[in-house]
Amino acid sequence: MGTGSIKRASAWLLLIVAFVSSRPAFAIPAFARKYGLPCSACHATWPLLNNFGQTFKDNGYQLGNGRDAPIYQQPDYWPITFRVLPQWHRESNDRAAVDKIAGNASAGQVETSVATSGFDTSSIDILTGGTLANNISFLVQPFINNGSSSISQAWLRLDNLARSRWLNLKLGKFELDEPISQERTLLSSNTGGTYYNYFFTPPGDSNFAGLGANQLGVEVSGHSENDYTRYSVALLGSFPTQTYNAYANVTQSFELPKLGLQRFGAYGYLGEAPTYFQTSGGAPIPGAGLGNRSFYRAGAYGIWYAGKFDFDTFFLHGQDNVFLGNSIPANQPSALPLGAVGPAWNGGFIEAHYTYNPRFVVIGKYELIRMSRQANPGIRNNLGNLDTWAVGYRWYPIMNTRAGLAWVQEYSRIINAGAAPLSGRDDIGSSLLMGFDFDF
Amino acid sequence: MRLVANKTNIAMGLIILLSGLTSYAQESHIGNLVGNAKHGKALYQRYCIFCHGPEGDGNGQSAPYLDPKPRDFTKATFKCRSTPSGSLPLDSDLYDTITRGVHASGMPSWRPLLRQERADLVAYIKTFSPRFHEEKPDPPIQIPPEPSTSPESVKRGGQIFQSMNCALCHGKEGRGNGPSAATLTDTRGYPIRPFDLTSGTSSKCGNSDEGFFRDLSTGLDGTPMPSFASALKPDQIWDLVHYIATLPAAAKLADSR
Repeated sequence: MGTGSIKRASAWLLLIVAFVSSRPAFAIPAFARKYGLPCSACHATWPLLNNFGQTFKDNGYQLGNGRDAPIYQQPDYWPITFRVLPQWHRESNDRAAVDKIAGNASAGQVETSVATSGFDTSSIDILTGGTLANNISFLVQPFINNGSSSISQAWLRLDNLARSRWLNLKLGKFELDEPISQERTLLSSNTGGTYYNYFFTPPGDSNFAGLGANQLGVEVSGHSENDYTRYSVALLGSFPTQTYNAYANVTQSFELPKLGLQRFGAYGYLGEAPTYFQTSGGAPIPGAGLGNRSFYRAGAYGIWYAGKFDFDTFFLHGQDNVFLGNSIPANQPSALPLGAVGPAWNGGFIEAHYTYNPRFVVIGKYELIRMSRQANPGIRNNLGNLDTWAVGYRWYPIMNTRAGLAWVQEYSRIINAGAAPLSGRDDIGSSLLMGFDFDF
Repeated sequence: MRLVANKTNIAMGLIILLSGLTSYAQESHIGNLVGNAKHGKALYQRYCIFCHGPEGDGNGQSAPYLDPKPRDFTKATFKCRSTPSGSLPLDSDLYDTITRGVHASGMPSWRPLLRQERADLVAYIKTFSPRFHEEKPDPPIQIPPEPSTSPESVKRGGQIFQSMNCALCHGKEGRGNGPSAATLTDTRGYPIRPFDLTSGTSSKCGNSDEGFFRDLSTGLDGTPMPSFASALKPDQIWDLVHYIATLPAAAKLADSR
């Protein structure tokens, strides 16, 4: 080996050592500032919670050490964090419908590959949360995206009612107690950063029952002291829809020697949605839905640790009423196609993390959805089927008491079966992303 | 060549011998759990280093902002023990402190960590002080069965509270505001406040009456709180525990007037 090779090898070695250095990761500004804890105390890797962080969250952002009330906050503490991901990304669609002659729609279309790329930013999340007093916690999370702003979460929670950690009441707009949090996914690309099972709507269906969407309602929840046993029940319904849905999640954990904590659970989302509306001048009156019909999503999941590896496994079965599945008003049953039924499907994903240390994590995910029953015979059997996978890593080069910064690289791919707009072949898309995910 | 081989063997033997000698402090034993310091180091860096510091001396980055200050592990002086004043703690004492946290301090309960992880942390914390190599902890104090509380027991406890000058630090009503409170420092010279006995939440080192009995018997090493094991008989300590148990309600009543 020549001197040059040795130098190059040494340089690479130094780079690798720096890359995976086992120095501790510090951050999550909003709470780290208050409690003086490193971000790695609550996060396996930011923003993914570990069991200590989940317990802290379930306790109403309280450690229970007699230092939770705002009176113990330092006067210069201000519980605000913002998060944004400036990035370069490339999106491609292998079978986009494109005019044969650019600018001439009448010349017909062909399917071709279209790729776009450029520099971009994610939406900007602003989080402020903590305790108003002992056992009263809150979170407000506005976000700004492409110039428009909205409220992602805004809730108040009464914690430890009747001096019991088994009784907590949350009111407002909040993230459902999802089996695996959509808000805390380690994947960020357009294709890879979504759990499709949470948002799936079958072909021809008018019902959008997103498990992954933050929703308005009231939640009752509780947990054991070490958070190994958890439950939550939520009544959901945003003004002025006048329809109410219910969501429940139960989780149990246990320790396996030399492997770590194992968590498994079951969840269900049951509700109804209108199939048509009262109208005024022909236009639907918001909230004046009629002909409600039912739907449900239910399944089981597990989070399995094996040393530095962990595997999130998720299964979902969904079914919608025949009127929802065919987008037909319930007062027009004769409009249903012959052989129409309520669509049903199964889906799931497995997501694996290799957490070398809190500063470096490798991520892989595979997700699928399979239609088991289409809403009517006119829909191809495989339409709606979906396969997607993603690989990436996050490296946290700088983290301190005030900020967290992750370098993110990710590639993801999605195959929508039979969804190509002209040929009916599989529609394939992909995302490539690299950027800095930071919060302050 | 043979000479070199022999030297290598001797060196290897010494390394093995030394590693054997130090192995006690590299482990912890809590029930059937055996903690491993190597594993504990990674956990310490993840969870503890920010307060207790990379050297375990209590000078982590957050330390300047914390009151009371984080424990200095290099001194091997621990508040919450089952062993007599001045003794090293048992491994189970450190494990219990990690599990329970320390009330009215920055130290939270780490119960959400795996039991094995907590045992590993104990093993690593012990590596910060040579005392764990050189000494063995004294046997734990004995806690006799608690007699039932009664007005007489509470009255006797109140008299002991006065005669032992508890009020000097904890105040007449036990609110932690006695005349000496503002002047107290721990053994590192940092100001320290007496425990507010009216908070009603828990004692410094545990939630039960037994926890109070233990604290009174062992004292809280590193703080001005002494051991009363030699000054009081077990029955008297129980009387004191029964009296302290009445303070939260008494304070509440006084506040409502």
